[in-house]
Amino acid sequence: MTVKSTARARKKAAPAVPDNLPAGSGAQPELIQLLTPEGERVEHPDYPLTTTPEELRDLYRDLVLVRRFDAEATSLQRQGELGLWASLLGQEAAQVGSGRAMRTGDYAFPTYREHGVAWCRDVDPLNLLGMFRGVNHGGWDPNEKNFHLYTIVIGAQALHATGYAMGITKDGTDDAVIAYFGDGASSQGDVSEAFTFASVYNAPVVFFCQNNQWAISEPTTNQTKIPLYRRASGFGFPGVRVDGNDVLACLAVTRWALDHARSGNGPVLVEAFTYRMGAHTTSDDPTRYRLAEETEAWRAKDPISRLKAHLDREGLADEAFFASVEAKSEELGLRVREGVRSMPDPDPTLIFDHVYAEPHTLVDEERAEYVAYAASFEGGENL
Amino acid sequence: MAGQLSIAKALNEALRKSLENDPKTLLMGEDIGKLGGVFRITDGLQKDFGESRVIDTPLAESGIVGTAIGLALRGYRPVVEIQFDGFVYPAFDQIVSQLAKMHARALGHVKLPVTVRIPYAGGIGAVEHHSESHEAYFAHTAGLRVVSPSNAHDAHWMLRQAIASDDPVIFLEPKRRYWDKGEVGDAADLPLHDARIARGGTDATLIAYGPMVKVCLDAAAAAEEDGRSLEVVDLRSLSPVDFAALEASVKRTGRAIVVHEAPVFLGMGAELAARLTERCFYHLEAPVLRVGGFHAPYPPSRVEEAFLPDLDRVLDAVDRSFAY
Repeated sequence: MTVKSTARARKKAAPAVPDNLPAGSGAQPELIQLLTPEGERVEHPDYPLTTTPEELRDLYRDLVLVRRFDAEATSLQRQGELGLWASLLGQEAAQVGSGRAMRTGDYAFPTYREHGVAWCRDVDPLNLLGMFRGVNHGGWDPNEKNFHLYTIVIGAQALHATGYAMGITKDGTDDAVIAYFGDGASSQGDVSEAFTFASVYNAPVVFFCQNNQWAISEPTTNQTKIPLYRRASGFGFPGVRVDGNDVLACLAVTRWALDHARSGNGPVLVEAFTYRMGAHTTSDDPTRYRLAEETEAWRAKDPISRLKAHLDREGLADEAFFASVEAKSEELGLRVREGVRSMPDPDPTLIFDHVYAEPHTLVDEERAEYVAYAASFEGGENL
Repeated sequence: MAGQLSIAKALNEALRKSLENDPKTLLMGEDIGKLGGVFRITDGLQKDFGESRVIDTPLAESGIVGTAIGLALRGYRPVVEIQFDGFVYPAFDQIVSQLAKMHARALGHVKLPVTVRIPYAGGIGAVEHHSESHEAYFAHTAGLRVVSPSNAHDAHWMLRQAIASDDPVIFLEPKRRYWDKGEVGDAADLPLHDARIARGGTDATLIAYGPMVKVCLDAAAAAEEDGRSLEVVDLRSLSPVDFAALEASVKRTGRAIVVHEAPVFLGMGAELAARLTERCFYHLEAPVLRVGGFHAPYPPSRVEEAFLPDLDRVLDAVDRSFAY
């Protein structure tokens, strides 16, 4: 379905989000929510969402499978099969909601934690694990699923997303881009520069900030004195805070934001207010810097249990459905475990592949020297 | 292209031709539109190709290079102007961690045909940050190609070749030579990464690039009066380096002196000296010597002549080479 510049999108150019909260007043900004933590469906006048029971079940299945994939990856790291893993635990709704809001022609620029978005873009989960196992630095074709490579330097991808969106404008298509980043990245110069470029060139990009409250050990208060979504107003485009643990709200708000952007109205900042339930990565120890009580309070807002509660309360899914999701989850777990364990190490000459697109004499020489050196060992010719 | 063109005009014509020949080519930079760039290299191009292809950007170098990467991913071929050498550092991450590595990160699935033009080096009496020679940082980074022309012909054709390359190219323009004129031929006579013998000689090889080629040619002319025949090799490309051409020259002359404005310590000369020593060990009559800037911040303009290699410092090094 093509959504051109609709009246609805134009009407929303200035969302009804209070934008004048005095800093330090203690007043809480509005949080767009369509599904309460108890699983009760609520309406928001600016972000209407109609869903069929099947769509709700599909979202539930996405959330469960993404969490399962993440748990398997964490286990695989503990077993020594991966060098590192950055868990998305707790952020499934923000990623699935925003990921499912994208159209086929839209493009995502992720950080290294967007496993749920990758899932929605139909990227093979095993592709994501290569870099964490150390067999490549990513290596998938970004243009195959319009899902760019994971970017590790914080915030750098916001500029790539913006440039890509500037290209969309030049091409005259109605695609749009999502730049993913976190609360920590909001302090990076590249994110501010991306806001500036996107704003002055009216680029069709949605800045999707998952505020998971923690940048490794630093709380969001180390990054900002105002709610992050309000940063947008200083750059001249709308900002919205959405309940990041509410997959329906994330879907509705991101869909609106993408349509706003693709309709020629310029960028939007979406702050998905969520929580990193796990460690920053498998190398991190959150017990050193945050209280278990805080994590427990957020557990009550879990994105999966609230949708489960909704499906149960409305009678939208039966036991057979939940059993089928469980079976799919087991199937995925098995596939991920087997896939990672059988992932071969690359030939060391991979080092020299793809340094340049065109021949480079130094790389060619060093490759030849290395190959000759390796072959000089007994059995080296089999390298 | 009949007649004599300044390097600045030769670059301008190269950009014009590139814009004409490929609708995906874009220019991005600060003040490159109506003003034509602070050195007027893009003069008249926005008027002829429009604001969507000759783009005046916000004053944010990381933003310029970062969005150029995004445009390249979308299929465009951006040519970025960094206003002055010393202003490139805010874009350093985008250049060395993103632009240089993305092709390898993607196992070859994406190409990054981005040219980063930087007016570099000193000798124009400028304030701080406007006279730096930072080529070693970029040449040290795998994934980048680094070139620097010394004359109008090379300026024109090397820029067109750089823009046509599917790899990122750091294109270093010798700003103090912008107004030097020369003949620009009708075709590129060398591949982008080949060195050129700028002056033939038999007694020693001077190796230079960009702004120092003229200094070396002047030194060779002066040395001839003293009965010394100096060969001058214009390196043109700093990554990759045409070591075959250097080796051939140094094996003939037995002596090599590398000249650049950048500080000597860990500069291009260090790498060239090490490699030439390996390749030409039994042919060398003296160690490979280096002439360059000092391990100090680029000085205030009133004393920059003391920092910059000139004819006398080059000839002094030649004397030292012959004294071995």
